Amino acid sequence: MSTGAFSTDELRSIVAEVLAELAGAGDATKPASAAPSSRPAARAESSSERTATGTGGGGTNVNIEVSDPTVPEERHRIGVKDPANPSGLVNLAASTSARLAVGRAGPRPPTRSVLLFGADHAVTQDAIFGDVPTELLERFGLFTVQTRVTSQDEFLLRPDLGRELDDDARRMVQEKCTKKPQVQIVVGDGLSAAAVTNNLPQIYPVLEQGLRDAGLTLGTPFFVRFCRVGVINDINDIVGADVVMLLIGERPGLGVADAMSVYSGWRPTAGKTDAHRDVICMITENGGTNPLEAGAFVVEHVKKVMKHQASGVELRLEESGSR
Amino acid sequence: MQLAATLFGTRYQFRDIKDLLAKANEEKSGDQLAGVAAESAAERMAARFVLAEVTLETLRANPAVPYEEDEVTRVIDDAVNEAVFAEIKGMQVGELREWLLADTTTEAMIKRLSNGLTAEMVAAVTKLMSNMDLMLAASKIKVVKHANNTIGLRGTLGSRCQPNNQTDSVEGIRAAVYEGLSFGSGDSVIGINPSDDSLGSVSRLLEMTHEIITRWEIPTQNCLLAHVSTQMEAMRKGAPVGLVFQSLAGSQKGNESFGIDVAMLDEANALAKRYSVVTGPNHMYFETGQGAELSADAHHGADQVVMEARCYGLAKRYDPFQLNTVVGFIGPEYLYDSTQITRAGLEDHFMGKLTGISMGADVCYTNHARSTQNELENLAVLLGAAGVNYIMGIPMGDDSMLSYQSSSYHDAPSLRQLLGLRPLPEFEAWMEDLGLMRDGRLTEKAGDASFFLGR
Repeated sequence: MSTGAFSTDELRSIVAEVLAELAGAGDATKPASAAPSSRPAARAESSSERTATGTGGGGTNVNIEVSDPTVPEERHRIGVKDPANPSGLVNLAASTSARLAVGRAGPRPPTRSVLLFGADHAVTQDAIFGDVPTELLERFGLFTVQTRVTSQDEFLLRPDLGRELDDDARRMVQEKCTKKPQVQIVVGDGLSAAAVTNNLPQIYPVLEQGLRDAGLTLGTPFFVRFCRVGVINDINDIVGADVVMLLIGERPGLGVADAMSVYSGWRPTAGKTDAHRDVICMITENGGTNPLEAGAFVVEHVKKVMKHQASGVELRLEESGSR
Repeated sequence: MQLAATLFGTRYQFRDIKDLLAKANEEKSGDQLAGVAAESAAERMAARFVLAEVTLETLRANPAVPYEEDEVTRVIDDAVNEAVFAEIKGMQVGELREWLLADTTTEAMIKRLSNGLTAEMVAAVTKLMSNMDLMLAASKIKVVKHANNTIGLRGTLGSRCQPNNQTDSVEGIRAAVYEGLSFGSGDSVIGINPSDDSLGSVSRLLEMTHEIITRWEIPTQNCLLAHVSTQMEAMRKGAPVGLVFQSLAGSQKGNESFGIDVAMLDEANALAKRYSVVTGPNHMYFETGQGAELSADAHHGADQVVMEARCYGLAKRYDPFQLNTVVGFIGPEYLYDSTQITRAGLEDHFMGKLTGISMGADVCYTNHARSTQNELENLAVLLGAAGVNYIMGIPMGDDSMLSYQSSSYHDAPSLRQLLGLRPLPEFEAWMEDLGLMRDGRLTEKAGDASFFLGR
């Protein structure tokens, strides 16, 4: 086969020569002026183990093992080169959860900070557009109903539909649920499936046990898919509980993708708003209220609601003795 | 009233001006949620053909909420310069678009015309403009204001330092202010959204930020973005208030849901003139955002671009130092994805500038909107090119207090470098004096919060 000016053999030998030159490049024979004036030296404190065996320094046998950069001690690493006051900078960074002392590459953030931000955003995205595993719901004996929302997109676009049960849901709640219990527990996905997946196994048993120990009767619990908080009005128009409690996934913050809120209200019904509800938010093991503690707190709160027969603003007025 | 167009053989008819304006809008999930959006892409274009022929006089006569029912309408209409209006009332919206874009139309001509406009006219022409139209027209209009320094000059890009903290920790916020300043963020304002709206917490943070500004002789101003009534109380108690802040809506009912009315804003502005620690004459700071009225069921059947334009008409009464749209904060039910957020950001900036407002943008998104930091950076570049007065500066763009992402401390210096822009001039001189900037670039000392431990 001819390729124009060169025979196949000639080409082979040219390629071999070029490859040999490439393999020899990058050593001491390289002129110093060609190197960047400030080489991106490997950081002494780098968390990655990088082992390259063999003579080529690349290609085969590369072994990169990145240890988790999202753990607290890694997050708070100082990225500023030659700070004016190194220990002072550590103290400044330690005084807040804001992403300080990250440093810069020109005016842009350093690679590590950008990647960590990207990781936090990624875990958040995965949490929003996910589902609660069926096994988990079965484990706690929760049957599943749906609001009038039919898709993930519609859930984001139509908050109004997420506040109403669909016809099947109404029928199932009517058929399966004990009517007029003192406390009805409902679980909803809200804006974070991960909040339910990660926190339900811990908070749920505490709630159930605590409420029973307080001598309160519990309704039949269930799970609502595509759930917004306002659905508790619709639910209680069927169930007729004294207190409805909704365990729901919050809108994820960056890197905190599994925070749960517990909303509760005294006799929710059509027309009741957030002003009639109480909420305990940021329930997560990632920098929020621990779900076990939150469960105990919610139980105490429900006892108070039962005692005053009021929730939300009305409860606060009752408690402060202004009515 | 007959408002109809035939397109590809199909006739489209519109009920009234409000209906026409809504259907002429670019696609927005909030308009669909409100049930006012065009039902098809063709209907949207038909609406624009009709709108292009509507005169400014007709728009003035058909505000989104009647004059008798709404004080925002009254504020805007009463401020119209009748001499200018008499000259332009016969102009059609399509002609206005071409006039704004024409090379023969100068900045001075636009500013004069602006005095004869109502919000519905500003919104109407926006609906006929493409994204680049909005950028080009806005870039012609420089709106310059002064507090302790000068914002809005051609060739400058400011940055609000936004050092929010979940618990309002004074030390945590101080650290974030230091970091922001070291990046050249904070020339527009050092502005904190407090988690606790109480007078005590607000006063504490006012004192701390004022102390930094005084000790380092920084040509800027502080602001606590609490409810305006709290800031008024703080001023009366002698707390060092720089700018006075409030969120605005485009209808009286919307403002009621924010717990404000025109009388309260008048009083706040008057108090600021008496008590603010900055030179002025511009003391007010406002935030707005498409969809706020619908979320309060205060949109009166109008689309969110019209309601947003009305916010700017109201703001003009107070000649604010700055106003920014918080363009991606409200969530996907109002602005679904980055296409809609980008569009809204460019619309808002243009409408603000056309109204005569010192216009900035909180380029941002929440985690349930279909957007990313890349999309946010794209919009920041577009707005920088369009001449936006300022953007936000937040540590790595991650506001853990408000739980959303905005622009980073790194972004204003990046945009300045990319687009050949400078910080506000007094602030740049201050940075140069400290050795944090040289020839418009950050020096090696910059980007290091611990620099500010040195005094």
